[in-house]
Formats: sequence, structure tokens, C-alpha cells
Amino acid sequence: MNEIIEKIKQSGLKGRGGANFPVGIKWEIFNATLANKKYVIMNAAEGEPDVFKDRYILENHLEETLKGFKLALDLFKNTQGYIFLNKSLYDLLENKIRKFVNKWPVNLVKEKGGYLNGEETVLIESIEGHRLEPRIKPPYPPEKGLWQFPTLINNVETFYHVYQISQNQYHQTRFYSLTGDLNNIGVYELKEDLNILEILKQTKNLPEKPFFVQVGGGASGIFLEQENLDQPISGAGSLIVYDTNKTDKIKVLKKILSFFLKENCGQCVPCREGIYRLNELILKKSIDWLKAKELCQTLKESSFCGLGVGCGMACESLIDIIVKFNQANG
Amino acid sequence: MDNLVKIKIDGKDFELASNLSILDVSKNLNLDIPYLCDHPDLDVRANCRMCMVEIKGKLVPACSTKISEGMEIITQSERIHKTRKSNLELIMANHQQDCFHCPYFGSCQLKNLMKTYGLNAPAFSSRKKNREDFSMGKSVVFKSQKCMECRACVSACEKQGINFLEIDGNGLEIKIIPSLNKNKDCVYCGQCVSHCPVGAMLPDMSDLEEIEKLLKEKKYILIAQIAPAIRASLGEEFKIPYGQLTVGHISTGLKALGFQYVFDVSTGADLTTMEEAQELIERIEHNGKLQLLTSCCPAWVKYVEFYRPEFINNLTTVRSPQMIMSNVIKSYWAKENKIKSANIKLVSIMPCTAKKYEANRPEFKKLVDYVLTTRELALLLKRHQIMPEKLKESSLDALFSSSGVIYGASGGVMESALRTAYYLITGKEPQEIAFEKMRGLEGCRQAKYKIGKYTLNVAAVSGLKNAENLLQKIKADSKLYDYVEIMACPGGCLSGGGQPVPVNDEIRKKRANVLYQLDKKSEIKYAHDNPFVKEIYKTFLKDEKNRKTVCHTQYAKKKKEGHIIKKI
Repeated sequence: MNEIIEKIKQSGLKGRGGANFPVGIKWEIFNATLANKKYVIMNAAEGEPDVFKDRYILENHLEETLKGFKLALDLFKNTQGYIFLNKSLYDLLENKIRKFVNKWPVNLVKEKGGYLNGEETVLIESIEGHRLEPRIKPPYPPEKGLWQFPTLINNVETFYHVYQISQNQYHQTRFYSLTGDLNNIGVYELKEDLNILEILKQTKNLPEKPFFVQVGGGASGIFLEQENLDQPISGAGSLIVYDTNKTDKIKVLKKILSFFLKENCGQCVPCREGIYRLNELILKKSIDWLKAKELCQTLKESSFCGLGVGCGMACESLIDIIVKFNQANG
Repeated sequence: MDNLVKIKIDGKDFELASNLSILDVSKNLNLDIPYLCDHPDLDVRANCRMCMVEIKGKLVPACSTKISEGMEIITQSERIHKTRKSNLELIMANHQQDCFHCPYFGSCQLKNLMKTYGLNAPAFSSRKKNREDFSMGKSVVFKSQKCMECRACVSACEKQGINFLEIDGNGLEIKIIPSLNKNKDCVYCGQCVSHCPVGAMLPDMSDLEEIEKLLKEKKYILIAQIAPAIRASLGEEFKIPYGQLTVGHISTGLKALGFQYVFDVSTGADLTTMEEAQELIERIEHNGKLQLLTSCCPAWVKYVEFYRPEFINNLTTVRSPQMIMSNVIKSYWAKENKIKSANIKLVSIMPCTAKKYEANRPEFKKLVDYVLTTRELALLLKRHQIMPEKLKESSLDALFSSSGVIYGASGGVMESALRTAYYLITGKEPQEIAFEKMRGLEGCRQAKYKIGKYTLNVAAVSGLKNAENLLQKIKADSKLYDYVEIMACPGGCLSGGGQPVPVNDEIRKKRANVLYQLDKKSEIKYAHDNPFVKEIYKTFLKDEKNRKTVCHTQYAKKKKEGHIIKKI
């Protein structure tokens, strides 16, 4: 049994890209898949609006993160590494990273597309030079990924925690980017099982006025009302706070929809057509909320990849808040 | 042998092979899981999201989910119904409904799904009203206002090795477009047409509307000529069991429409056979350029002319059955029957979209006035409420041999030509089963035959990717084959781009079986025994000039052809 994989499994670390898949199991599958070549990719595409924790980690813990990445590179002899960075991170860090990984079998890749490019199979397609569209899963990348070889893709934060684990320094924390209508905007490293209310309290951010939040990303994150904050954050570590009375909620919904309209790849029916029709409904003077929720359901239930699912979940949860607010306020 | 796995579907137990997808299982067991984008010929694309089923509380597409041990699948529930209905509504919102002009008229799976899912009219209006139509070689039309971007056409084109249809743009702007690359051109095989689930890829039906006019005007003598493969498949359009709808029924149907004469292109095929067998023998005896390649298939011919002009001299100069037959009708039969050929409008009924292109090739000088595909004929009959199975059979206006009929299946041209070559070389009739190795659906079948003092290495190939592989082999070893039959469509004309949909290997086999049964039962087995053929070689074709004009042609290197874009 591989020592680092065993340690990761014991730590209970989950992927920090948003999907929460147990990292130890992913590494184990990757390690167990027989092949004469393998790939390891660091995903630094961080494309959700208002999420900036990977950027924070790379700015403040670059070497540790790269060392965590190296542990994956060392699992198998014939491994090629890729560090996949969004445009702004690439421009910011290219030189620093190159200097550090100088002798490693690693390529730096600058993201070509937008938000969806961070989806792991789109990322693979992108490196292979194909259309930026997700693949059918399974097979999952640890079995068949880049050029059909076993490919381990982890998020920046995951690799950072892997390094901590290797040094026995991991204490079940994660990074949260906090923004919106609050006093202390920033990135915080806190326990991963803290509930949202606790996070707001510990960061001295608990608003006095009525508010609601979006957790897990500024686009695909779900919206929660004040009374539902006794749960930890799901998805990417992000919390956005909205002042209930001040916020034009329909404007927020429109913003999210225009984001997904622009970012969806157009491959599947629910995403390409569903988001378009949802947007069409929301732009009308009198909004058919029932039909809108029906489309959110379709997106959640049947989209090809996480983008459509995320869009459906975010919009549905916000629509619930809007409808409730409208009912309460006549 | 694949492992068997135990699964539960809607509470019932099954033990099935583990390599199957849930949708495969559904098709095998006749379950009611709807689908649009899936096609057994093509890789799974899973983008229409109509086949959603539930496993462990989660909805997954049946097409891209393989069954596994202990899997419990729910195929019908309110939740599933709602999701499928919603996706159907999203698809239908952008589907221009133009049913009277659509060959799916009467057998439209979108209409059936709307009924099943209780969708009356989509709540949305089309966002594609400004999208353009494309016409390729007056053979294939792409109506982008019907398209659901499932990319079956792109996959089918890719499977042919052509890659002429491309995906352009992203998100909402995603479109299927004909390639602008000057090194890629459409060969009009129509495989995109037979794989399109929503009737966005269609045969160019401008001829059909012209024929409607002619039928009304009654100014011309209307003559139809029917290709061999039609009799194997037209019945599908009317839900008639295989083999029961004969060419006699079709003839009566055409006459009920207003055609005065109906000919069988199998007769033309017999003439093609005679000429091709002679050319083969000449080439062998005079050590001419070997690897004689057939040229009955106009998509294949276009492929050689555009992509592999270095093989033009390998193509037999013998015209296709359609072109020989049209010439015989207009210049020989018309004269015999004292009809001015200017008063004739000749309509071919073909299983093929590329035959439209062939008929329009300038060197053929409009011998064939119009070409209808099988699906267009079915639409025409349905529009005029003629149900061919209710008609009595009538005889056709010229005889044919069974060798001509098997032209409709891949390997048939070769089998037919070898039968006659055998006779011409040995002076004896071949055994009935002598060249049966040429039959089948495999992409390339090869055999070695000893005929008299000659040993012939032959192959029959279908599908253009297989054809390209063969050309590569020939390039590497010019002595590999003496004679090769090539058909652009998998399985030959019986699954041509103008044939009824759906199509899959099982249907292809059934269609081929119809033709081989006709061959088995036929009294005239060989082209050279066909009395019409014997007669015409004694008279009209005895003249060498006539024979050259009627039966032979030439090919030339082609540049990319202009494709018409029509903005509506």
C-alpha cells in the first residue's frame, strides 16, 4: 500500500474543486490503473465568479501546493504533469512556477476558454486541442483521461492539503472566500465542518440586517435563507452575503443566467435550450415562476455535466427566495 | 463471452450481458424508453437527454449508462416523465413543423413522442427563425430550422471518413455547417440523412414538387424507373412485412399516381453487368490497368474524382444502371414505340441521394429528368392516399434478370458481373451459389476465384472509410486485387441515403434477404440470359457507337462544388 495514499485516505480529505469526491479513493484508482504512461494535472482554472481562494493559496502557499502536486507526480515513474491556470493566474505566476518546477516533467497551460474549461474532462479536451466540451463519464479520468491514459486531476487547494497531510500538518481545514454585503471580505482557513453561521461569526461577519447567502460559488452556488445556515458549505469554498432588502434579487438571477448563457458549451438540450428559455422567462414583465422552476428541475435532473446542474440548482434556490419574499411583501 | 449481470428493471429481474447500455436493453426488450440522438451505427453522444431513467434516486441517461450487477432501474415515474417532457418541449420549440413536406409525414417520432408525453404545443417560439438552409449538389438538403444539434449527421459523415459536416460555434450559437475547407467536399451519400432523427437532413425534394406539378398538368408522358433496392424497403414506410410489397405493387401505385410506364432499373443493371464483365475480361486479357473498380455508386465516383483522382483510370467506364436504363428508354424504347423523347419526363426512383447528383452531371444531358428517393416516393403515395398494399400487382414494361436485382445489396454488382464473366470466359453457366462469398454486411469481403484459365482476386467493399482503406492497400500493392466493387453506403444501396428510416444492421439484413430471395426464386438468373438484353445487343447495341454512347462514360478530377445557402 502506498504510504501517502493511505495517509490521505485516513485524513478523510475531499476534493476542493467543488465535487467533494474523496481524494484518497481517487488517488487509489489512479494508482491502481495499469498503463505505461500517466498524467497528473493541477486544476487552477478557478472560474466561479466571486471565488478567489485558489488564487489566495497560490499567492501565499505556492511552494507547498507544488510540493503536494509533486507527490502525485512521483506515484508513477512515467508521469507527465500539467499545471492548468486561468489567464490571470497564468500571467501572475508563470515565472515563479517555472522556476520552481524547472526540472520536473511538467507543462504549464494557459486556459483558452471560460468557466467550463475548468471542468475536468473539458480541461482534458482542451489540452488535447478539441472543442471545449465535457466528455461522457464514465470512464472517469483516473482510469481514462488525457490521451486515454490514467489522469489524476486535483484542484489547487487539494494539492495544498495533500502536502499538509504528508507533513502531518493537516487539521481538517479548508479555505473559504467570503464576499458580498459584509465587513471583513477575504479568504479564511477554518475547520471544514463549520456551519455557515459559525463561519460568519468567527470571521466577525454576521450581518445585523436581514440577509441571505450564496454558497459554493458566485454562479453555481445555491442560495440559502438566514434560517438555513446550520449546515457546512458545499461545493467550492465560497460564501457570498446579500442584504435581503437592499438586493435586487431578480437582477442577481439575471446576472447568473447571462453568465451561464455565455458559458454553456451548447452540447446538450437542457443546458443549451433550458438556460435560454429560463432567461427568456425571467426577462418578461410578468414572470411565470412555475415554468421557470420546471426548467430549473430539468437542468438539475438531466444536464450532461455539472454546469447545467449547477445553474439549475442556483436558479431554483434563488427563485424560491424571490417567490417567498414576494409573497411576504405582497 | 460477456459476463452476465443480474439487474432489476421496474421491479422485474433480468440476467443480461454486462456490455449493454440500459438503452440497448430497452431496445432488446421493447421497453418504453424514448430516445432521439442515439443510433446503433454511431458512438453514443447522449445529448438529447430524452432517455433519462432513475437509478438510486438519480436520473441518468440510459444510452450512456452500462448495466452492472445489482443495478435497479426505474424507467417510468412522474419525475422521469416530467424531465423527458420538458426536454422534448425544448427540442420542439426550435423544430420548424413543416409536416406535409417532410418524409417523416405519417411516421414522425417527434409527433409520437408529443402524443406520449402529452405535449400539445411548446410554450416557446423558435429561436432559429433566421437560420439558413443548405443544399448540397441538389441531392441533400440541411434544414437548420428543424435541427436539434444532436450531431448524428456529423458522426455519420465522420464515419464515412468525409468530415464535411462540422460543428461551428458554442452554446446558443452552435450550428452544424458544411465545411468551408476547400479540401473537403460532400459526396452526397446521404448517410447524414438516414441518421438524422428529426428530418433536418433530408433528400433535396425540389424534384418531388416538380413532379406534383407534372402529375397535375398531364402534359408529358411520365415514365418511372425503379431501382433494385426500392422493393426491399418501401414496405417499411407502410408497415408491410418484408417481401410482401413487390415491384408489381409499386408499379401499380406509380400508375395510380399518373405514370404511364414503369421500368425496372434491374434491366439497366443487366446491361451494366454485360458491359462490365466484358471490360473485366478485356482488361485481364490485354493486361490493361488492373484493379478494376466499379462505378455504379455516384457517391463513390465523386469520392474518387474529388479525393483520389489518381484512381480515376481504375474506374470502369461503364455507366450505372440508372444512366444506361434512361438512355435505353429515351433513345431505343421511345423510338420503337414511336414516342418523341421530348415528350417524355423520366423519373428515377432511387434508394440514394447521390443518384440525384448523378442525374444532373452535365455529361448525361438530362437523360433522367427527376430523381425521387424511396422516402419521397412514400411521401408522394401517402399524400395521394395511395396505399400500395391495397393495389393489385401489375407487370413492368421490361424484363429483368435476378442478377440485376441483387445490385441493391453490397457485393451484388460483383456477383452479377462474375456470373456473366464466368459464362463469357468458360461458355458455361456458373453454379447458383458460385459467388456468394461476396454477400454480407462486413465492410470488406474478399475472395479468390478460378474462372477458366484466370485466377481473380476480388473484393466487395461498402462504406467510404473502408473504401479509403482499400485504396491505401492497393497503393501499397497494385497486384492485390483484379476487381473491386465499392459502394459508399454500409451494406450497399439497400441502406442508401434515400432509404426509409430507421435503419440498423438488422434492417439491412432483412432488406438484403428480400433481394436474395428474389434472386433465388427468379427464373432468369443471369444478365446474359435476359431476353431483353439479348434482343438489344442484337439490334440497337450492335452498333458500336450506340454501345459507347449508351453504356460508357468518363470521369474527371473535380474541384469543390458550390453549395447553395438559402436564407429563409
